[in-house]
Amino acid sequence: MMNAIRRQKYGWLFILPWLLGILIFYFYPLMSSFYYSFTEFNGFHVSRFVGFDNYAELIRDELFWISVKNTFVYAALAVPIGLVLGIFLSVMLNMKIKAQGIYRVIFFIPTLFPIVATGVLWQWLLNSQFGLVNYVLYELHLPQPSWFGDELWSKPSIVFIAQWCVGSDILVFLAGLQDIPNDYYEAATIDGSGPFRKFRYITLPLMSPVILYSVIMAMIGALQQFVLPFIVSNGTGGPANSTLFYNMLLYKNAFALFKMGQANAMAWMMFAAVMALTIFLNWTSKRWVHYMGE
Amino acid sequence: MKRDRKQRMTHLSVHVILIVFSLFFLIPIYIMLSTSLKTQAETLIFPIQLIPESWKFSNYSNVFTLIPFGRYFFNTTFISVMNIVGVLFSCPLAAYALARLQWKGREFIFYVTLGVMMIPYASTMVPVYMIFTKAHMIGSYWPLILPAFFGSPFFIFLLRQFFKGMPRDLEDAARVDGCSELDIYAKIFLPLTKPALLTIIIFQLINSWNDFMGPLIYLQESSKYTLQIGLQQFKLAHGTDWPSMMAAAFLISMPIVVLFFFMQKRFMEGITFTGIKG
Repeated sequence: MMNAIRRQKYGWLFILPWLLGILIFYFYPLMSSFYYSFTEFNGFHVSRFVGFDNYAELIRDELFWISVKNTFVYAALAVPIGLVLGIFLSVMLNMKIKAQGIYRVIFFIPTLFPIVATGVLWQWLLNSQFGLVNYVLYELHLPQPSWFGDELWSKPSIVFIAQWCVGSDILVFLAGLQDIPNDYYEAATIDGSGPFRKFRYITLPLMSPVILYSVIMAMIGALQQFVLPFIVSNGTGGPANSTLFYNMLLYKNAFALFKMGQANAMAWMMFAAVMALTIFLNWTSKRWVHYMGE
Repeated sequence: MKRDRKQRMTHLSVHVILIVFSLFFLIPIYIMLSTSLKTQAETLIFPIQLIPESWKFSNYSNVFTLIPFGRYFFNTTFISVMNIVGVLFSCPLAAYALARLQWKGREFIFYVTLGVMMIPYASTMVPVYMIFTKAHMIGSYWPLILPAFFGSPFFIFLLRQFFKGMPRDLEDAARVDGCSELDIYAKIFLPLTKPALLTIIIFQLINSWNDFMGPLIYLQESSKYTLQIGLQQFKLAHGTDWPSMMAAAFLISMPIVVLFFFMQKRFMEGITFTGIKG
């Protein structure tokens, strides 16, 4: 009895730092941000309560809609492409072939580079006149877009760069693949199934929990994309606002224009959007996610 | 016989695909390196020269004169080390409480921890900034260091799984011997989690080393900048000096890459683990 009480006490004692962390860095910020989003606020003191004005102003703001559109277009391209590429390469890497370990290391190396360095590097590779990519396209007699200089190509360029860092997703998928018991494939071979049927009816269903998790994480990451567009556009979101992502506008409102009320309204909308999408994905998952042993 | 040939063909085509992608991953790094050794004039030649003609190593020393590289290196190292100390203090404690101690509310806090992982950084960034404004800490390193001392959900989750897998006899025996709860934690369990702690050290190092947004928001004086901010500033100031910029980018990336080659296994395991068990 004494022991049980003593251990209760230690439980709370050990969790205390993290409990404070949850309250100070997650719970309180979300609540206060909700409050601030209804005020006119310069970051130091609240001058007055303005109701839904911040939200209304955002909805009327053309830049806000441009940033929302840019962010969703980016996520709609980057998430599926990253998913397909990640699964494809992890299946290739999971085959019993020579030099498997070397390929894995090579695929992983780009993820070690800081995003700032990655951004600077790819801006050079995609340089319209002297970059490597356009040189290769020139040799192949293909058209050479000006990438970051062209509002049509600037977002696809960022999607493209993001694929250079697909290595960590590959590792996650590889681990999922290695959890699938080999018996299933052997049984399918005996039944006369080819590689594509095996992939469709064994690999994909058994990978679905891992896929769900990575889609959610990739979506949260894509909606928050900030560093790459910030670096390649030198913080401007250009050309013609084509790389002005949601978080860049939020950053600008908060730290350049000091419209903290509006920035907090944007922060809350981001939170609500991510929660809604996560719940939606989880809800659809009942139809396509299979857990082993069910 | 026929089967054998078919399998060899499959393997061959897989190798071809993997080699093509390997080139996609490696050539950019080669270009970074080769550009960093060219003269500025050489970068403006068409067609591209894959091997630099002049081997201009002075691009690297240039980096040190154009920005206070040593200073930024020290700042970044300092922030990274403090963050590592922070998570090593807070995360195992919380994970241990969630995995091995019996107390009311444990399940609840565990689910809150899972939920917190899904909160986008952007939605707490501004209000957390307000907290540090009120605490008069803007411009100092505190906002970049303090949060680590209060825990990080991914690390807590990783360590919890690790603690869960340990046998019960360990603590029972210690309890019979009259060890205090703190002793059991610090002298029995903590030493056994060394591999997981090493993973956490590596990940926190990468996070802190590569962090851009935190320093961008909180730091004001240029003497306090980190390497990432340094590279961005360098780009704003010398945006067309590609050789020096590649040299700078290469220099700030190398510490993590070198570390990776020494601790490959830990890196790979850590990613797999945090990725999959969410």
